[in-house]
Amino acid sequence: MYQYDTLDREFLADRASEFRTQVARRLSGEITEDQFKMLRLMNGLYLQLHAYMLRIAIPYGSMNPTQLRKLAEIGRRYDKGYGHFTTRTNLQFHWIKLADAPDILDELASVDMHAIQTSGNCIRNVTSDPYAGATAEEIDDPRVWSEAIRQWSMLHPEFSFLPRKFKFAVTASAKDRTAAKVHDIGLMVRRARDGTLGFEVIVGGGMGRTPFVGPTIKQFLPANRLFSYLEAVLRVYNRHGRRDNIYKARIKILVSALGADEFARQVEEEWTRIGVDGDLPDTEIARIRGAFAPKAFDVLVNRSEAYEAAIATDPAFARFARNNLKPHKRAGYTIVEISLKGIGETPGDATSEQMELIADLGERYGQNDIRVTHEQNLVLPHVKLDDAHSVWLALAEAGLGTPNINLITDIIACPGLDYCALANARAIPIAQHISQRFADPDRAELIGELKIKISGCINACGHHHVGHIGILGVDKKGEEFYQLTLGGSGAEDASVGKILGPALPANRVTEAIDQMVEVYLRERHEGERFVDTYRRTGDAPFKEAVYADAH
Amino acid sequence: MPTRIRLEAGGAFAAAEDPFTPVADDQDIPKGDVIISLARFQTEGDRLLSEGRAVGVRIEPAEEVEALAYDLPRLSVVAVAFPKYRDGRGYSSARVLRERLGFRGEIRAVGEVLREQAGFMVRCGVDAFEPADGSTPEQWAHAVRRHRHVYQRAADARTPAFVERPFVERQEG
Repeated sequence: MYQYDTLDREFLADRASEFRTQVARRLSGEITEDQFKMLRLMNGLYLQLHAYMLRIAIPYGSMNPTQLRKLAEIGRRYDKGYGHFTTRTNLQFHWIKLADAPDILDELASVDMHAIQTSGNCIRNVTSDPYAGATAEEIDDPRVWSEAIRQWSMLHPEFSFLPRKFKFAVTASAKDRTAAKVHDIGLMVRRARDGTLGFEVIVGGGMGRTPFVGPTIKQFLPANRLFSYLEAVLRVYNRHGRRDNIYKARIKILVSALGADEFARQVEEEWTRIGVDGDLPDTEIARIRGAFAPKAFDVLVNRSEAYEAAIATDPAFARFARNNLKPHKRAGYTIVEISLKGIGETPGDATSEQMELIADLGERYGQNDIRVTHEQNLVLPHVKLDDAHSVWLALAEAGLGTPNINLITDIIACPGLDYCALANARAIPIAQHISQRFADPDRAELIGELKIKISGCINACGHHHVGHIGILGVDKKGEEFYQLTLGGSGAEDASVGKILGPALPANRVTEAIDQMVEVYLRERHEGERFVDTYRRTGDAPFKEAVYADAH
Repeated sequence: MPTRIRLEAGGAFAAAEDPFTPVADDQDIPKGDVIISLARFQTEGDRLLSEGRAVGVRIEPAEEVEALAYDLPRLSVVAVAFPKYRDGRGYSSARVLRERLGFRGEIRAVGEVLREQAGFMVRCGVDAFEPADGSTPEQWAHAVRRHRHVYQRAADARTPAFVERPFVERQEG
């Protein structure tokens, strides 16, 4: 993992002390709530329905046990004993008192964490592959580039007041676990035929009111020219992105209005003018790369007798292994996904006790490395197969053993109307209801990969556009209704889902999901996931099943 | 005479008298040094300069500073407008003026110019400020120096972290 040095630490200390004086100015009445808004939003502090919400950055979803324990401690001391992991791999506390916020930022800084740029129209937390450094699929470690981008974007003097927020995803695997094509910029690490490292640059994807799968504007950007190119993209956007309408201000609207070719041409022209002065020296990339050098893995054989024995004797562990363990690049190791989607629970929530347990497991079995996925789960990326059963036993005892990664109950949901001032409808109760309906793990496994994503409003924090089944909460004359979309994906087969038909009342949603699942089980061909069947058959049979009664 | 905060050559911030009168497009041009719009400069600039006075141009967020490229040696001031603090186009304008067009005169931030933006503005090459929040030069200087380190190379002379680190590490030995 990247280690903060004196310089990084002094930077955070300066930021925290600045915020302390700003809060003091607000509490003393020297500045109004309206004037304070700009300041608090630059530090991840939102005013929500019931209280302040503090959004803490977990850069590229990567943290160590000390950091996770600190989050647990903050949750216990300043919140209600839990936190919420988000689709941006951040952590939110929803019940914060303003007067406590400066102390919390100091606590965070003591473990090299912060809330900088988790809100506002600036460059936000970078998403990266939660399996980075552990999967054999990757051609480079995307954390190296994510960390370099984190630093470059930190209080960027030119790009802190963009037309709208700006989100990066960096991936180096063919299987995309970052939703790179629906980010403002998606960087996909590529290797040229001669072995040179570079990026395919995708710009202008996004969700919200106007969802787009982003176009590729550069097929191969040499890695050592990354930062001058990013500066060019951001400058073209900063100067020409729309600022007259908040809903048309994201870069996707500019790219779509100009056309990808014209946008790419403008970037190219700007990039030429910037030249190599805008790039980071190779020595700095090398320094950062050094921080991600693999820990010493033990030399093991592929087959673990302890693991095989546990699989043979403990069917519940076998089920967990089938769904939550993923192949590791090193023989005898595995990637453990920890589901924060317990049946009937709030997606992404973890109690302070659960966080502490995961921190302990990360320390004892996982090389001090813990990741957050954009699907709101946690990952221990480096666990020995020999230890997998012990890890699972501990997880299961803490209510963290749900064997449902990528299954129908592994639902993404935004906080929705239970917390958020922007929401039109609740998202969490819908997720809980669906989860309970499909609680039978045999049935969930029979259904296979099915990504349900729920947003409580059109801002799409729950990524509904890219759900195999997306659910969007809408307000109809004061009543909560839910619009279903089918066929979306945020992965390498990215696509935006299509609306199935009229929105349904809350009490019809789970039933409709069940009806569509039945259609899938009836229609599917060998090896097809739900989304594959849908793409083959089109929406007719699904529509028929959901809206049959309405005829 | 009104004042503005100037960043002086030695790095200090001080209140300085402002010899320039900002002139709206529908106002008559008064005597003395003036700051006028880009459109007005393009039609009246030559005449005003030939009268021997100093002229500055105010650049709105939607205007491209590149339009001034050939005129910069004749200009004393470019006033970069920030009508709303949220509108960040002026930061790009300032950087392009300094880094690409080589402008050496005063770049002045006008509009909703707040203390919290001071550090960003200085880094982008702005060296004169008309604060809208009543900040004093001391408060301004304090805000600018709040952060001991910066992570990027920009239009100012500050050493970015990636250059600074090897020295810090050596000292810590």
